[in-house]
Amino acid sequence: MAKVTEKDLDMVALLSRLEIPETDKARSLEQLDAFLQYVDNLSAIPTDDVEPLAHVLPIHNVFREDVVRPSLDRDLALSNAPLKEDGYFKVPKILED
Amino acid sequence: MKLYAKPAHELHEMLLKKEISSTELTKDVLVRMDETEDKVRAYITETRETALQAAAAADEKLSRGEKIAYFEGIPGAIKDNICTKGVKTTCASKMLENFVPPYDATVVEHLAAERPVILGKLNMDEFAMGGSTENSAFHETRNPWNTDCVPGGSSGGSAAAVAAGSAIWALGSDTGGSIRQPASFCGVVGMKPTYGRVSRYGLVAFASSLDQIGPVTRDVTDAAHLLQVIAGHDEYDSTSSASEVPDFPGALREDVKGLKIGVPKEFFVKGMDAEVEEAVRGAVKKFEELGADVQEISLPHTEYAISVYYLIAPAEAATNLERYDGVSYGARVDGADVVEMMTKTRSEKFGEEVKRRILIGNYALSAGYYDAYYLKALKVRRLIKEDYDKAFQTVDVIVAPTAPTPAYKIGEMTNDPLKMYLQDVYTVPLNLAGLPGISLPCGYSGAKMPIGLQIIGKPLDEATVLRAAYTYEQSQTFCREMADLGVKA
Repeated sequence: MAKVTEKDLDMVALLSRLEIPETDKARSLEQLDAFLQYVDNLSAIPTDDVEPLAHVLPIHNVFREDVVRPSLDRDLALSNAPLKEDGYFKVPKILED
Repeated sequence: MKLYAKPAHELHEMLLKKEISSTELTKDVLVRMDETEDKVRAYITETRETALQAAAAADEKLSRGEKIAYFEGIPGAIKDNICTKGVKTTCASKMLENFVPPYDATVVEHLAAERPVILGKLNMDEFAMGGSTENSAFHETRNPWNTDCVPGGSSGGSAAAVAAGSAIWALGSDTGGSIRQPASFCGVVGMKPTYGRVSRYGLVAFASSLDQIGPVTRDVTDAAHLLQVIAGHDEYDSTSSASEVPDFPGALREDVKGLKIGVPKEFFVKGMDAEVEEAVRGAVKKFEELGADVQEISLPHTEYAISVYYLIAPAEAATNLERYDGVSYGARVDGADVVEMMTKTRSEKFGEEVKRRILIGNYALSAGYYDAYYLKALKVRRLIKEDYDKAFQTVDVIVAPTAPTPAYKIGEMTNDPLKMYLQDVYTVPLNLAGLPGISLPCGYSGAKMPIGLQIIGKPLDEATVLRAAYTYEQSQTFCREMADLGVKA
């Protein structure tokens, strides 16, 4: 099993939108590595003919009639927004002028 | 009169007979809360005022001679990852420190129909990730049996409150043992229902294919009644089971004659705590004496359950927790642009364990590693489920320890996340396979810390689990003991 590199850690931190302070990187790497070494016990099990199981219930798509029903009031839905304006969530500018 | 020490079914009878009022009962529990909370710290938010209003309303109904529901006027509390309209629901995270849900979880709606007294919201590991409640962003909760010890987790507040007498009943949630293990550590009863039995709508998502809400109570009778209240199909949860809900209290019969009980040999391995083994073996012997047909069974993939769980649960969590981006609700830390705002928000507001699991989850899901980790885990998950399917062809229930040790000391495991994960070996398989399970007290360690017995059932067969648990509970007396916490009774 390949060791996790700092590059791997930076990649996964970026995907996760998490910042790992330089001073924590060695410990994070060590912990991730120890974890991956532990879960490597799975690689010994032959599973070529095993279907993955994402979900235990024999349920597939669950549909309902597509009709308008009462839903959360807009002000209520926005009541926990960190910033809002005119009935919208407000975020820093995304597109350049 | 120690009303706080009684189970809900006794208190309900006393209310009906007018021996007590709900106000008297609620005040008794609030006094107990005053006496114990500085030591135990089970609560994040207390709702004393509305609690007393609900108690007064119950008393008024009783004085008019009206019928009351089972939990009406009986004080309990709710884990802080279950949404309560108008009452802060923090998930024990800085991310949701000020989050006030605009709606109730389905289980809270079901509860509200019973008009119980709600005392507040209970502490937990942040986002339910942990087994000791030490990962709460606000404070630790301590085990009422020994306040140097953890109460277990993640529903540590739920179990500690019921054990301390600062709630008669509580709701918890269980993704990998988060109801059963704290119940075991605190000497109370905790049940994880079959996946799909109880709606997850309004439960803050951790790992959606594993999460279930369930009761934490003082005895098996209360667990059956509380499960009855919260169970049932919900169109707002697409994974909710459409199966009919049986009469759970009706299943509480003292009878295990001929019941086929399996004891998995892989659960009793070298290195397990000797006192736990002795207590659980004692319970197995008791079942034999009571007429059950006990047989050894094999669950060969048990040793892989931790790996499977700690790949699948973080993968689902990494996905679920993407929603905390500082935009629609929760905390926000400003940044120069959107990506910086999101990254700062998540880095500052998530705790260490939550971040660790997000990183593990995204690693297991990322290109190049998906097949080796996440997909592999899903395949072995099926093998684990098939072990149980096979076992349940010959037995009705499986009896096992809930946790490999009694409650350990605060701080003992915090530096070694992997060691902490290994504590979940007996509980995670049920979540992976979607099975119901209960933990109830079966003895004490030499240091007088509770030990839990786990009874595992077939999918949707909570009734047989409850019957076996009830029969065992009635056969002995130590389930009724309560931690004294060194405060006046």
